[in-house]
Amino acid sequence: MRKVEMKITGFLKHLPAYQVLIYTLVVLIFLFTIVPFCWLIISSISIKTELLSVPPHWIPKNPTLRSYKEILFGGTRTTRAARYFKQAVGNSIIVAGSATVLCLVIGSIASYSFTRLRFRGRHSLLLMILATQMIPAVAIIIPIYVVMMTLRLLDTHLGLFITYSSFVLPLTIWIMMGYFQTIPIDIEDAARIDGCSRLGTLVRIVLPLAAPGLAATGIFAFIVAWNEFFLALILTQAAVKTLPVLVSEFSTKFGADYVMMSTGGVLASLPPVILALTFQKYIIKGLTGGAIKG
Amino acid sequence: MKRWLTSSAGIGYLLILPSLVVIFSIIIWPILYSVYISFHKLYLVRPGEFPFVGLENYIKISRSPVFWAAVGRTFYFTGVSVGVAIILGLGIALVLNQDFKGRAFVRGLIILPWALSSVVNGMMWKWIYDGSYGALNGFLLQLGWIDSYKVWLADPRVAMNFVVMAEIWKETPVGVIFILAFLQTIPSSLYEAAKVDGASPWRRFRYITLPLLKPIILLLIVLKSVWAIRDSFDIVYMITRGGPAESTQVVTFYAYLTTFKFLRFGYGAAISYLITLIILVFAVVYMRLVYTETLYAETI
Repeated sequence: MRKVEMKITGFLKHLPAYQVLIYTLVVLIFLFTIVPFCWLIISSISIKTELLSVPPHWIPKNPTLRSYKEILFGGTRTTRAARYFKQAVGNSIIVAGSATVLCLVIGSIASYSFTRLRFRGRHSLLLMILATQMIPAVAIIIPIYVVMMTLRLLDTHLGLFITYSSFVLPLTIWIMMGYFQTIPIDIEDAARIDGCSRLGTLVRIVLPLAAPGLAATGIFAFIVAWNEFFLALILTQAAVKTLPVLVSEFSTKFGADYVMMSTGGVLASLPPVILALTFQKYIIKGLTGGAIKG
Repeated sequence: MKRWLTSSAGIGYLLILPSLVVIFSIIIWPILYSVYISFHKLYLVRPGEFPFVGLENYIKISRSPVFWAAVGRTFYFTGVSVGVAIILGLGIALVLNQDFKGRAFVRGLIILPWALSSVVNGMMWKWIYDGSYGALNGFLLQLGWIDSYKVWLADPRVAMNFVVMAEIWKETPVGVIFILAFLQTIPSSLYEAAKVDGASPWRRFRYITLPLLKPIILLLIVLKSVWAIRDSFDIVYMITRGGPAESTQVVTFYAYLTTFKFLRFGYGAAISYLITLIILVFAVVYMRLVYTETLYAETI
């Protein structure tokens, strides 16, 4: 039995069939990954009659960027959509951007402290912070909502910024710890012997060395904050609606305009998709971070 | 005082203080406050009234068939989407671990579904499933599998499965990425030795790869279950809003409806707190896994 098995596998290895199988599977995986999103892109550059024919034109005969022009610069019938869209882009940039910056600043020092310094309660504090990462927003939204209402922070950049920061922070600390662990402790010791204080060492030596890690963590935090939906849905009403909230309202707000809807979806996805594809190595490291020591 | 501040412990506390303040005020404290609210009756439409009702909300929930149905759907959603996404992810990772031209390109691209927001993902799939103009209908019609366009999301028996499929598409990459990263840490000498001993590819997978992957797969199951419960709201909100006939109403969506549509904050808080408890069970398992995992990695 074993001999036969060996013969078969030995044979398979040299047969092009093995190669054919692998390449077929790779093509399937490739299609599985990109086809749905490609259809969204195609929908966004189609004209309505082509898109709504039965079955739809898979490859548009008259591709057009008109919907992009209308949504970004305003057209004859979509000035409202364009205005909302610009506002939502601005809100998303402000909230996701500021939350990312705050998380990097306070998260990196906390993460350094957890990696390098010894103090009482260190383990349990870290565990608690990491555990909060798993709590779904829906579980604690009620008190947050009540407090934001009392403080008049509903529908403000500040309210959303604070909430986002606390949700992204545990993740930031966790990912940064992976980077701090890779910095040799000898470098720090040398600096300290040369008379540098602990905080001085952190600011002048460790943080510059951890710069790639900071950048990677920042990208990760930004994507997460940019894509967040539930908190924004509850905590915003009009003025500071973020892009995901606007996209979720597209069909009800502007009628069943599938071309416009797809355009909005593609545009909202551009920043995270471009960042993720460009910096995929860092993202992968961030995702698998503490779980896999590679 | 000054000496304490320059000691290792003092600086340690100082550096984590800002993070602790933020996390405490927005996450830990609300968890506790939410327990407090859940023991009261709180309707936003009747401000000023905030009577203590003890366990009444919890008793009502435990007797509510709507709640238990929602919990059941949540487990179905989580179990199927996590299970399929991990099996699919394992398969894809094994293929992408082979030698082929364009490997780096395909491996990089696999991250795409992860980068999309759950809102865009939901919108995209709702459009694909569309009963009048959807791509799925068009595709199946061209293949000759259906005679006419079908309104998939209107059927309570299958609507949930379409929601689950959308979630699987978005969540598969994470599994692929984890497993692929781990496959690369398995020394190739193990396989070579097995090859010399005459082990077939299947045997090499069964007796080398799979046992080594077991911890990471366990970790993925726990982690992804938590994410799935958390993300179930977004995808259901976008694709079906709980319908048709409540057939996709998962517990996160039920909590949202109770609280922000019917404005029963006390009752909603009690539901939310029960969700937190379910998640905490997973969180404890996760922490244990991560800790044993790290120890395991350090001893190698």
